[in-house]
Amino acid sequence: MTRSLRWLGAAALVGLPFVYTAPYPMHILIIILIWSFAYTSWSIMGRFGLVSLGHGGFMGIGAYVTALAWNYGHVSPWIGAPLGLLAGGLLAVVVAYPCFRFRIIGHYFALVTLALSGIVLQVITATRDYTGGSLGYTPERYKNGSSLYAVQFTGKTTWYLIALGVWAFGLYIWHRVDRGMLRYALEAISEDEDGAAATGVHVTREKLKVTVLSAAMTALAGALYCQYQMFISPDTVSGIAVSLQMVFAVVVGGIYVPLGPTVGAVITIMLAEVLRVSFGTRAVGWDNLVYGILLVIFIIFLPKGILGSLLALRRARRGAAAGE
Amino acid sequence: MAIVDIFLLEALLNGVLLGGVLALLSLGLNLIFGVIDVVWICYAELIMLGMYGMYFLYTVYHAPIVAAAAVCIVAVAVLGVLLHVLVIAPLLGAAPINQLLATGGVLFFLQSAATVLFGIEFKNLGLRLPVLKVAGMFVSYSRLLAFAAALIGMVLVYLFLTRTYTGTAIRAIAQDRQIMPLMGVDSRRIYLITSALGGGLAGLAACLLVLQYDVHPFVGLSFGPITFLICVLGSLGNFVGGFVAAFVFAEIIALGGLYLDLEWGYVFAFAFFIVMMFVRPEGLMARRS
Repeated sequence: MTRSLRWLGAAALVGLPFVYTAPYPMHILIIILIWSFAYTSWSIMGRFGLVSLGHGGFMGIGAYVTALAWNYGHVSPWIGAPLGLLAGGLLAVVVAYPCFRFRIIGHYFALVTLALSGIVLQVITATRDYTGGSLGYTPERYKNGSSLYAVQFTGKTTWYLIALGVWAFGLYIWHRVDRGMLRYALEAISEDEDGAAATGVHVTREKLKVTVLSAAMTALAGALYCQYQMFISPDTVSGIAVSLQMVFAVVVGGIYVPLGPTVGAVITIMLAEVLRVSFGTRAVGWDNLVYGILLVIFIIFLPKGILGSLLALRRARRGAAAGE
Repeated sequence: MAIVDIFLLEALLNGVLLGGVLALLSLGLNLIFGVIDVVWICYAELIMLGMYGMYFLYTVYHAPIVAAAAVCIVAVAVLGVLLHVLVIAPLLGAAPINQLLATGGVLFFLQSAATVLFGIEFKNLGLRLPVLKVAGMFVSYSRLLAFAAALIGMVLVYLFLTRTYTGTAIRAIAQDRQIMPLMGVDSRRIYLITSALGGGLAGLAACLLVLQYDVHPFVGLSFGPITFLICVLGSLGNFVGGFVAAFVFAEIIALGGLYLDLEWGYVFAFAFFIVMMFVRPEGLMARRS
């Protein structure tokens, strides 16, 4: 039943742009898909207690490397984006390896990675001669039109399908990690590092694997965001605010379930959009006001998030029904 | 050459004074962390609210500046207690990372509450303190004031922690939070006092920062991260360590700003932090079991 439902949902998502093409809802859907992918990337490591506040940095690297390679090196994003992924992954190794080696865990890890997003933001701002600094940066248009070589498309349908594909890829990776040995290793590590090491888990290596995976995926989200929006600024793709936004959306949606980050993205982006559309500029700040309160309430009362709690409730119901 | 030297000296001196401000900023956070074992990610936002309080009391309602400062310190102390009661207390048994994230929610909330209530315009006190000229170097009076206040604040907190019964109880709780309640210390009361003290120190920092910087809802992001890093670098909860780290950071920022840009000063400071975490992790390990 659930399997056929899943295929039906997938078919509906793929078929949607061929029936319905209003630009604004499509834009919102694309944005939701891109951020869902970024949040999913964060949750791949976040669900094992590896709370990183540095993912804003990885996303910024992905976006800026892609854009800079295109503008200065005339390198197609087909190469630029992998370069961004590589850079993000390398940065993850440089910062995370010593962290794991020296057992910097919990909120110490969060604070070290917080420094990382601070660095990326400040470097982008400081190299304003090349990156445009806080004013933002625009990849050059390629012969003002759609081009597969430049990964620039004017049609929303194309972008929707790309974003959908990448998002599905993110979920696939989530499942692979969920089904693989990596998950057991990391769960053991998050329970007790010494115990895990004693049973033969290579603690540093396993943690590093998932961190690099997560960082590279986040960099891909940054590259995708850059190519779609054709405008990036340090505040929208990097820095501490973006990192916190990722953590927040995942916690609200549900950190331990595959679709949790997606639900979080839908809720947070829809909330911001509904407030913006209905109140205009008067709503400036209100979306984050509501987010902030929600985040606190969720962490106190619903640490599993919306989707996680709903699924747990359904499971409990079923269990009760089976027990009778 | 002589000119370069005087600039270098001025940068060094300003670094020392900036270090005073940073030390004051990290003092309250360090106290909270050392005692309650919680990181208030929204600490800088409490300072932001205190700065707004100063702005409204002094510039809009024309209250005397000392009275305004006193009101602000008390108000932020109350905010600190509220933060503890409403957000931290229900999460004391949860994973430490949840407390950190919950205060992250408070950060969003306070930032946007300030945006909604006060708008995003930069506001300043409209009070210009003189700039002292010492041996050809320019020294900001407000920085000197902040430096002095940081030193006095440090000494007072130190005396409070070492010379009073409550202070001793606070230190004892910081050492072992399971045993102390058995010894007849009411840990809830100690947490409240510590939160009030941490909030009060944030209020004091706000009063001094507002003399040098404009207030806007996102001002917290400009000095919040550096404050956390200072506390971590100086071993969270270790006051002397935090004090030393504040000065090291400030000198890096001041010298980086002298030779390159202010942003590069921050980049170097952040990079230095990450490198130090790897070179001297024992500074961090000291307080972990």
